[in-house]
Amino acid sequence: MAGILVYALHDDEGDFNKNSLGAISEAARLAGELGSEAAALVVGEVADDAAAALGAYGAKRVFRAKSVPEGLAQPIVDAMAKVIADQGFSYALFGGGLLGFEIGAGLTARMNAGVTMEVTAVKVADGRLVAERPVLQDSAIVDVGYVGEPGIIIGRLNAFDTDEPGAGRAEVVDVEVELSEWSSRARMRTRGEQRGADVNIEDADILVGGGRGLGEKDNFKLAEELAEALGGAVAATRAVVDAGWYPYAAQIGQTGKTVAPKLYLAAGISGAIQHKVGMQSSESILAVNKDPNAPIFEFCDLGVVGDLHKILPKLTEAVKAKKGG
Amino acid sequence: MKICCLVKEVPDAAVQKRLDPQTKRLDRSGEKNLNPFDTHGIEAAMQIREGGRADVDEIVAVTMGPESAVRALHKAVALGADRSLHLSDAALEGSDVCATGYSLAKVLESEQPDLVLLGQQSDDGECYTIGAVVADHLKMPSLTQVIKIEVEDGTLVCERQAEYGYDTVEVDLPAVISVGDAINEPRYPSLKAIMGAKKKPLDTKATGEVGIDSGEVGEAGSKTQVLEINPPPEKESGEVFEDEDTAETVAKIVAWLDERKLI
Ligand SMILES: Cc1cc2nc3c(=O)[nH]c(=O)nc-3n(C[C@H](O)[C@H](O)[C@H](O)COP(=O)(O)OP(=O)(O)OC[C@H]3O[C@@H](n4cnc5c(N)ncnc54)[C@H](O)[C@@H]3O)c2cc1C
Ligand SMILES: Nc1ncnc2c1ncn2[C@@H]1O[C@H](COP(=O)(O)O)[C@@H](O)[C@H]1O
Repeated sequence: MAGILVYALHDDEGDFNKNSLGAISEAARLAGELGSEAAALVVGEVADDAAAALGAYGAKRVFRAKSVPEGLAQPIVDAMAKVIADQGFSYALFGGGLLGFEIGAGLTARMNAGVTMEVTAVKVADGRLVAERPVLQDSAIVDVGYVGEPGIIIGRLNAFDTDEPGAGRAEVVDVEVELSEWSSRARMRTRGEQRGADVNIEDADILVGGGRGLGEKDNFKLAEELAEALGGAVAATRAVVDAGWYPYAAQIGQTGKTVAPKLYLAAGISGAIQHKVGMQSSESILAVNKDPNAPIFEFCDLGVVGDLHKILPKLTEAVKAKKGG
Repeated sequence: MKICCLVKEVPDAAVQKRLDPQTKRLDRSGEKNLNPFDTHGIEAAMQIREGGRADVDEIVAVTMGPESAVRALHKAVALGADRSLHLSDAALEGSDVCATGYSLAKVLESEQPDLVLLGQQSDDGECYTIGAVVADHLKMPSLTQVIKIEVEDGTLVCERQAEYGYDTVEVDLPAVISVGDAINEPRYPSLKAIMGAKKKPLDTKATGEVGIDSGEVGEAGSKTQVLEINPPPEKESGEVFEDEDTAETVAKIVAWLDERKLI
């Protein structure tokens, strides 16, 4: 039947993740080509209505494992494996994010199945799915096919567009899942803690992104002063957020926000894939980095190889002067 | 407590990496190094040992790879591992994630570790997945991207960033933890440790010795197939220039911003 099962992640408020909705849309499109079914799996106490509403993105059925907790991968591997085995799905599809990587990986072991990650596109060839995956820092794209079933596809962040919701409603099917012994040996203490101030970066037309190249927490003022001069806000990489230099709410990337400002000025940012996926749609990208081999120079519009400590303060002055004059 | 650290030999960061169009695998010629992300795993093991929160009897570096991979093991030992284990067999060549995870789980099984630590990603494979694959085979709980580990009698309290912010998760031992690169600053090995590394015990195992079904590994046992290699879509490349005279650089940036009506 070649059906595709998508894991739909939700937050503590019950809102589904945008990347999961994109994955359902993508699955529906592919299922159309394959002549098969797109379905979704949700865990936890998702209301009937909310589960059925995933039909608006193309899921025909939504499997709901109420007793399985959301947020940790292994119990969800139990649920996905059961539904795939019982219902005979041929593919598991995950939108970009962290849990999708962990669940997809666990499923690989559990079902002895092939997995492809960071997938940017999926196509149908001879009635089977082929995943496109950029490798070696996006310097090549490999087409990956699957031997046997199921095939596991883990998308890159924002790889799959979310369709405008239609009028469809999915049939909601409750499933009983027995957890593996080891799945219960990790327990969530607190989920989704916001660290640092609540800043708004999504509405800014201009963002100055600061990375580890700033050197220390205090140097974020260089980025802040430049952002102020330009009339923008400050964003950050995970490296500096994890280090406690800047609030999580300002983080761009795979486990942070996705932005598309008019200008993204990357200061001391290497341009790792997980950061790039959150800002590559910016209209203009300007990078200052002292390493000429930094990946950011592969996708910026203007790149300056140099020391940001020298360049940023002078740039701030020049912008002020230009605006004042 | 016994900790196993997974380590991998990867092309040095300075080497231009490419796929061999014939084999469709990574061209592994050129300078190689210990995967930098794995040094954080070893450092995490050392800090658990030195922090005294747990009695660490042994830290064992484990790799799967060709003969040359012993150099990665030597580096791991120089960074603090007590001995190392090398899974090496021609049958393993061309293994995909599924086959690699299975093989590593088998070799780890022979060690019965209380904790397996590994890096967030291999610099060449960039799969981010091996930890969770290994964990499920070993029937152990696991977590990836961990940036803080506390040991509280038999349980780890871990922090990591996921989709909605930071999660704090309790994980019972034995467990498999992949650490993010923000977890610590790996130490530099002392000259003495580098010199002594080659004298520390190193075991080499073939697939049969750790119960690996050779039909499940290598290219033939893999569940994915690289069908084609293509160049990425053409993108108009931006202008990159070096900052020589900062006043000039700044003037250039301002003109560029002005042109785009960003000022
Ligand atoms: C599953 C997963 C999810 C992730 N999610 C995210 C995410 O959401 N967001 C994110 O950003 N990252 C994320 N990451 C991490 C990502 O892979 C990178 O590690 C991170 O983006 C690097 O941040 P950075 O550019 O600040 O630091 P680095 O990579 O260390 O780069 C610092 C750069 O600064 C330059 N530099 C140093 N000094 C100077 C100077 N004086 N002047 C100019 N340049 C200088 C250096 O040349 C270097 O290129 C994730 C990783 C994984 C595995
Ligand atoms: N062949 C291997 N031998 C030992 N460890 C490995 C191997 N491949 C991957 N790993 C470990 O798994 C981590 C994640 O790798 P990956 O999933 O390939 O990005 C790496 O940081 C290593 O610690």
